[in-house]
Amino acid sequence: MSRPAPRKPEYHKINKDLFVLTYGALVAQLCKDYEKDEDVNTYLDKMGYGIGTRLVEDFLARSCVGRCHSYSEITDIIAQVAFKMYLGITPSVTCNNSSRNEFSLILDKNPLVEFVEELPAGRSSLCYCNLLCGIIRGALEMVHLAADVTFLQDRLKGDSVTEIGITFLKKLDEKKYRRKK
Amino acid sequence: MAIFSVYVVNKAGGLIYHLDSYAPRAEAEKTFSYPLDLLLKLHDERVLVAFGQRDGIRVGHAVLAINGKDVNGKYTADGKEVLEYLGNPANYPVSVRFGRPRLTSNEKLMLASMFHSLFAIGSQLSPEQGSSGIEMLETDTFKLHCFQTLTGIKFVVLADPRQAGIDSLLRKIYEIYSDFALKNPFYSLEMPIRCELFEQNLKLALEVAEKAGTFGPGS
Repeated sequence: MSRPAPRKPEYHKINKDLFVLTYGALVAQLCKDYEKDEDVNTYLDKMGYGIGTRLVEDFLARSCVGRCHSYSEITDIIAQVAFKMYLGITPSVTCNNSSRNEFSLILDKNPLVEFVEELPAGRSSLCYCNLLCGIIRGALEMVHLAADVTFLQDRLKGDSVTEIGITFLKKLDEKKYRRKK
Repeated sequence: MAIFSVYVVNKAGGLIYHLDSYAPRAEAEKTFSYPLDLLLKLHDERVLVAFGQRDGIRVGHAVLAINGKDVNGKYTADGKEVLEYLGNPANYPVSVRFGRPRLTSNEKLMLASMFHSLFAIGSQLSPEQGSSGIEMLETDTFKLHCFQTLTGIKFVVLADPRQAGIDSLLRKIYEIYSDFALKNPFYSLEMPIRCELFEQNLKLALEVAEKAGTFGPGS
């Protein structure tokens, strides 16, 4: 049974600025609603998680990637296929930990922060793009891989590059899936 | 109709969507006089023909209606027991409709869970490591195709054995699911799919697949 050739995904073109503005409005509203940076970060992560659990099926349906057999393969696919498909950028992948469980995605260009100069005063530990971390975490969980995804470096906070760190935790056992109550 | 039904099973084995699109099944309505020459038996809350096949009424067919009124399981529309009613000579002549019974929702749920378990067993029986589960089940009257996504959702299509192109249909159904079910913000994951757009697009995709794929007579 041969796999069909990957179909070219149909992109309905909308203005990227609208998307960037929407994301900015979302973060601004969360900042108004919550005093603490940690709360905003947590909510961004939760929202991203919900998006990730749904987006992963769209990604798998459209990209025809097969089953991956190693963490580095997975990280490569996230960087080269998923990020390219949804954000149009291709972060580079580095492996931090020799036991092969910690990887980093280095983003040199991030469309979401195109119009953001710096974080406002008093919001120094805000992870502006934490939604992305939630998305990656949610997507990995749906394919039975638990991972911790955080921002290790952020240009908005003064670092030289933006780096997303993915730490793969113990693999969730597929067979032990319990019915949701 | 070359594609008989579509089922979507979630990760835990629960049926979250089913669609039956087959043509009206063979039904036969006849008027009988006492005594009834068919042997009827009660099975699973339905009255089935056990013996005495004739005239389009086959063994396994269920009593669907008496005198034009649909029966309710083993009771008539008036609440009397069907077997008792048909055993009473005073009720004759009576017109009874027989036909293949449709699966109830509960039966479908049960069959889906059972298939989910068999699917898992299938992949474990394999002598090779990392085998997929059951991909196709073939009988003389239909073929069951199953596609499991990397996230554990299974799409099951029952079709005519001569129908081709079910593979690409299964992937198309996956795309339709990822679009119209998952992107609906009010749809919760793993719950029964009640999205109009999903059903409409699924029916469209089935039509396209039937026209494109079948090489057998009739559709």
